[in-house]
Amino acid sequence: MSDVAERVKKIVVEHLGVESDKVVDSANFIEDLGADSLDTVELVMAFEEEFGVEIPDDAAETIVTVGDAVKFLEKATAA
Amino acid sequence: MFDLTGKTALVTGASGGIGAAIARALHAQGATVALSGTRVDALEKLAGEIGSRTHVLACNLGDKDAVEKLVPAAEAAMGQLDILVNNAGLTRDGLFLRMKDDDWDQVIAVNLTATFRLSRAAVKNMMRRRWGRIVSITSIVGVTGNPGQGNYAASKAGMIGMSKSLAAEVAARGITVNCVAPGFIESPMTDALNEKQKEAILTQVPAGKLGQGADVAAAVVYLASAEAQYVTGQTVHVNGGMAMI
Repeated sequence: MSDVAERVKKIVVEHLGVESDKVVDSANFIEDLGADSLDTVELVMAFEEEFGVEIPDDAAETIVTVGDAVKFLEKATAA
Repeated sequence: MFDLTGKTALVTGASGGIGAAIARALHAQGATVALSGTRVDALEKLAGEIGSRTHVLACNLGDKDAVEKLVPAAEAAMGQLDILVNNAGLTRDGLFLRMKDDDWDQVIAVNLTATFRLSRAAVKNMMRRRWGRIVSITSIVGVTGNPGQGNYAASKAGMIGMSKSLAAEVAARGITVNCVAPGFIESPMTDALNEKQKEAILTQVPAGKLGQGADVAAAVVYLASAEAQYVTGQTVHVNGGMAMI
């Protein structure tokens, strides 16, 4: 698992209070992990803080699974 | 009860009568208070009178860029922002048929849009900390309407609807969002009225007297306190019984 993926999963576990084995790449924040829409906004804010990047609204809308977040942040931090 | 020791508050329009009373009351309960407004000399004077735990942050709420900077400035000055009091407001009265677009736009910009922007900025870090209080000073006319105040009443009613919506969004995060709606409060504006005008006003007020800034401030202190944690999306009317809603 990449460093980015580990940090993303740690944030998701902390924010949503879910078991870490449920936080897999295919897990949908809302459908699988029980997040509400405000939780997803908070997660995006937490990702921004952790990785020092800005996630614009249109990009945030495409982040619906854990894997989406990892992919986006790997790209954003590689630049 | 209602101890605000260690809490930080930003009060807009603090150079006005009600704003100053709110700032004094929050400070008296132990809060550190940032005073914002356009009249820096009046704010400095108030800060001097209140004493320690005060900061002066000049801001014209009609200026979008200045509004965006105010909450970050308050957070920088006080370390964080726990309590936001949207008190600043202005009137540009006129009969509906004759109301200029400018008078409409200016009132909506300062009273409603600035309240939206400041609340949006403040709630971000309140959510992170799972604690926050937003109290907006609306008006009895936002609920009852008032001839000659179509713009002002719209802005104040807008604040109430906006506060309820935000309250519902952030309630689970330990943040409450409420309004206080004053009726006739003694101020330089009411001082300018003659006896006959004052009498006419008082016939509408069962309490038989004008309210004081401190009456409004007491409601703000309550809503800002830890004790009011289960009260959100509400409007507290402070009007001597003028309208019972």
